Amino acid sequence: MTASALEIARAVRAGERRAADVVEEHLAAIEAREPEIHAFNLVLADEARQAALAIDRRVEAGEDPGPLAGVPVALKDNLCTKGIPTTCSSRILEGWRPPYDATVVERLADAGAVVIGKTNLDEFAMGSSTEHSAFGPTRNPHDPSRVPGGSSGGSAAAVAAGFAPLALGSDTGGSIRQPAALCGVVGMKPTYGAVSRYGLVAFASSLDQIGPFAATVAEAAALFEAVAGHDPRDATSIPEPVPAVGAALDRGVAGLRVGLVTELCQAEGIEPDVSARVREAAEALESAGAKVDEVSVPAAVYGLSAYYLIAPAEASSNLARYDGVRFGLRVDAPTTGEMYDRTRTAGFGAEVKRRIMLGTYALSAGYYDAFYGKAQRVRTLILRDFAAAYEQFDVLLSPTSPCTAFPHGSKTDDPLTMYLNDVCTIPANLSGDPAITVPFGVGDDGLPVGVQIMAPALGEETLFQAAAALEAVAPSPTEARP
Amino acid sequence: MSEWETIIGLEVHCELATATKLFCGCPNRFGDEPNTNVCPVCLGLPGSLPVLNAQVVELAVRLGRALRCEVRRSVFARKNYFYPDMPKDYQISQYDLPINVQGYLDLPSGRRVGIERAHIEEDTGKSTHVGGGGRIHDAGYSLVDYNRAGVPLLEIVSAPDLRSADDARAYVSELRAILLATGVSDAKMEEGSLRVDANVSVHRPGEPFGTRCEIKNLNSLRSLGRAIEYEARRQIDLIEAGDTVRQETRHWNEDDGRTHTLRSKEEAEDYRYFPEPDLVPLDPGDEWIARVDAELPALPAERRQRLAAAAGVEDTGGSVAVAVSRGLDELALGAIEAGADAGRVLTHIEHNLAIEGAERVKPGDLADLVKMEVGGELTATQAKTVLAEMVATGEPPAAIAKAKGFEAMGEDALAGVLDEVIAANPAEWERFVGGDEKVRGKLTGFFVGQVMKATKGQADGKVVTALLRSRVG
Repeated sequence: MTASALEIARAVRAGERRAADVVEEHLAAIEAREPEIHAFNLVLADEARQAALAIDRRVEAGEDPGPLAGVPVALKDNLCTKGIPTTCSSRILEGWRPPYDATVVERLADAGAVVIGKTNLDEFAMGSSTEHSAFGPTRNPHDPSRVPGGSSGGSAAAVAAGFAPLALGSDTGGSIRQPAALCGVVGMKPTYGAVSRYGLVAFASSLDQIGPFAATVAEAAALFEAVAGHDPRDATSIPEPVPAVGAALDRGVAGLRVGLVTELCQAEGIEPDVSARVREAAEALESAGAKVDEVSVPAAVYGLSAYYLIAPAEASSNLARYDGVRFGLRVDAPTTGEMYDRTRTAGFGAEVKRRIMLGTYALSAGYYDAFYGKAQRVRTLILRDFAAAYEQFDVLLSPTSPCTAFPHGSKTDDPLTMYLNDVCTIPANLSGDPAITVPFGVGDDGLPVGVQIMAPALGEETLFQAAAALEAVAPSPTEARP
Repeated sequence: MSEWETIIGLEVHCELATATKLFCGCPNRFGDEPNTNVCPVCLGLPGSLPVLNAQVVELAVRLGRALRCEVRRSVFARKNYFYPDMPKDYQISQYDLPINVQGYLDLPSGRRVGIERAHIEEDTGKSTHVGGGGRIHDAGYSLVDYNRAGVPLLEIVSAPDLRSADDARAYVSELRAILLATGVSDAKMEEGSLRVDANVSVHRPGEPFGTRCEIKNLNSLRSLGRAIEYEARRQIDLIEAGDTVRQETRHWNEDDGRTHTLRSKEEAEDYRYFPEPDLVPLDPGDEWIARVDAELPALPAERRQRLAAAAGVEDTGGSVAVAVSRGLDELALGAIEAGADAGRVLTHIEHNLAIEGAERVKPGDLADLVKMEVGGELTATQAKTVLAEMVATGEPPAAIAKAKGFEAMGEDALAGVLDEVIAANPAEWERFVGGDEKVRGKLTGFFVGQVMKATKGQADGKVVTALLRSRVG
C-alpha cells in the first residue's frame, strides 16, 4: 500500500521523504505486476529517477518544487513528451519522438510531479476497452480476465494497481470516466477548454479534454488544479482563473440540488446492479442533506448517435496527417498515392480505419447535411436540454458505464455494443460540461461500479464538492486498492 | 469573334506582409534555406494547435474595407485533401462564412468589378519534383520545403464582371496597387506572393453564360492575358464546330501558348469542408472595423478621381492613371493647385519624370517650371532638361535655367534665324510655299527642326511654326 499523492507531496516538500525513494517504491510495484497488467507502453524508469533526484536537490537547497513534489504521474501515450516516444498505441507513430512537451506535461514539471511512464490506450483513443491497442490489451487490476475500460485503460489500471498515485488521460466520449469506473478509481473530464489540449494528439478536437485519474477525489482535484488554466497555445482554452476545487471539497452537500437523469438511468443496456448503485448513491446524498429529484433530459439519449458522426468526422480529418511523408511509419511505393495507401493500411488498426471511413462518409458532398449537419443540430439540442436541467439542479447524477468491467474479447466483434458503453458519458462531451466518476460499491460480480456526477460548464467547484461528498458516503472504502 | 463575349472572373491569392505565419510564430519570409522557418504547428505535428495571428486579421479587414466589402463574423473551415506539401493534409481556410463579402473594385477605365469574397487561408509548402518532367507523376523523387506552409493568404474572388484580357490585366494591376497602398501584401507575381487563377467562359450577348474553365499557372500579367485570349478562342472554336465546352481545370503552358486539361469536373475532389474545431469564430467587431476605416489611406480610384477633377478632365485613365500608379499624384495636385497648366503638368509626370528622384521635385517648383514654359521663357526641350536637373539636385527651375543659360529667344531673333534657314534650304521652301496643307504640315517639322538645330534648342517650336505660317499668309 502506497501513500496518497497529497501525502507524498507533503512529505517530500517537508523533507521527510525523498522523491527518489517514492519513485523506487512505484517502480517496484510496476515491476511486480506490470507484466500481468500491461498498463504501460513505456516505463520511464531512468527519466523518473533523474527527475526525482532533481526534486530532492531542490528540497535540499531550500526550494519548494511545487504542490505535486515527487508525485509519480502516469501519462496516457497520446500526450506529447519531448524526445520520448509518443505512440497513441498505433504502429503508424511507432518510433516518433515529439520535439516538444504538451502543455500539461510542462505544468506537471512545474508542479514538481515525476512522469513515470506512458500508458496504453485504444489506438488514437478510439475504443472503450483498451483492446484496440497495437501493442496488446491492458488488463483490469481487479480481475485480469476483464478489460480496464478505455480508451485511457492504461492510466486507469496504473492508478488502480498502485503503479502511480496519479495519471492523466483524455476523454472524448468517456475515455477517462468509463475506465475509471471499471477500475474503481476517480476520473474526471473538465469543462471543454479548462485544460489546454496543446500536445494532446487529437482524436476529435471539439470533444477532447485532458483530465485526472486518482484513487480519491482530493487527489484528482490536486492534479486538475496543477494542469488546468489558460494556455495561449490552444485557441479553445478558457481565459478564466483555475477553479479552486481543492478548497471546495469540504463544503458538503447540504442544500445542494441533485438531479437524477431519468433517460441515462433507463438507457438501453444499463445493468440492474449498476442502476441500483446509482439510486443508492442518490439516497446517500439525500441523507447527507442534498435535495435529490429525478430530472428529464430528453435529448440525452440522442447523444450517442450524434457523437458517432461528429467524432469520426473530426477524426477523419485529424488523422489525415499520418501519411508517411514527414514522421512515423512510411511504407514505400512507386507513387505518392500508393505510398499513402500502403502506409495507412499497414499503420492503422481496424477500429481506426472504421472510424476514418465513417467520418469521411459523414462529411462527403451530398451527405454532410444529413449526417454531420444533423449531428451538430442534435448537439445544440443536448446543450439546450442540459442547460435547462441546470436551471433546476446544481449537479446531475447518472451511471458512468452501463456495466462493470467485461471479459476480454466479449465485445470486440460487435462495434455497436462496444459503442453503447459510452451512452452516459457522451452527453458531457457534446455539451462541453465537466463530469466526474466516483467509485460507489460493487456490482453483482464484485467488480467496481462508478457513479457519474455532471455539472454545468465551469462548475468544477460544485462538481468536486459533490464528488467529495459522494465519496464520503460510498460503501466501499476507496483506499482498498487491489 | 465580335459576336462572342468573353466572361472572366479571377481568383487571386496574395500572401500577407506579416512578420510571422498565420497560426504560429515562425517568420513569414521568402527565400530562406528550406525548412528553417518551421515549428510543430506549421509542420502539422501530432498534438500541435493553430492560434490565429491578430496581424492577419488586421490586414484582412484592411483589404476588405479597401475593396468596400462587408466585414463579417467568420468561421474557419478545413478543406481536406492529401498532398505532400500540405502538412496536415487539410488546409485551414474559410468556406461558407468568409470574413469579407460583397465588395467592389473600380478599374481606371471606369468598369466596376464585383468582389464576391476575400477570405483568410493558409499557404502550403513548396514541392520540387526532381527527375522526369518535373511534375509529381513522373519525378524520381520530390523535395518539400515547408517554409511557406502556414504563410497567411487572402483569396480574393471577383464576380464574373471582366470581359477581356485587358480588363483582367487592369483588374490585377489595380488590385496590386491597392494591396501595396494598404500595406497588405508586397504582391510580387514573380515571387509567387500574388497568384492568379482565371475562370473563363464565352457566350453570345443575350444568352446565358457558357460553361467555364478554370485556368491555373498564370505567373505574370502577360501569361494572364495570353491564356485568356487562347482559352476564349479555344472555347469559341469548340462551340462553332458543334462541340461543347466541358467544365474543367486547365493548366496554362507558357512554352506552347496553350491551356491543357488538368482535371475534369468529375475528377474534382470532394474537400469535405467542415468548421475548424481548433479555432473559435472570428468577429473583429464594429470598433476594429471603424478604426481600420479611419486609418485607410486614399486608394488609387479615389486618387485618380481627385486628380482628374483637379485637372478638369473626365478620363481617369491615361496620364491621370499613370500619375497615380507612380504615386506622383500628390505632386501633380500640388503643382495644379499652385496655378500651373494641368495638361503640361500631367505630360511632364507621364513622360519626363521617373518615380526615382521625383520626391526631390517640389510641387511649387514644378508649377514654376510649367509657368515658365507656357509663358515662353523656356522651350519644351529646355523645360525637359531643367526638370531632369530638378530631379537630380532639387534646385528651383529658375536657378537651373539661368545656370544653363536657357532663355527662350525672342520672336525677332527667331525671325532672323528662320530667314537664314530658308535661305539655306531653297528647294524645301519652294515646296512649302507651293504645297497643300499636308505638305506644309510635313515641312513645318523640317523647318522647326532646322531652327532648333541652329539655336541649340533655345527656340520655342510653337513660335517658329507661327512665323512660318505668317510668311505664307
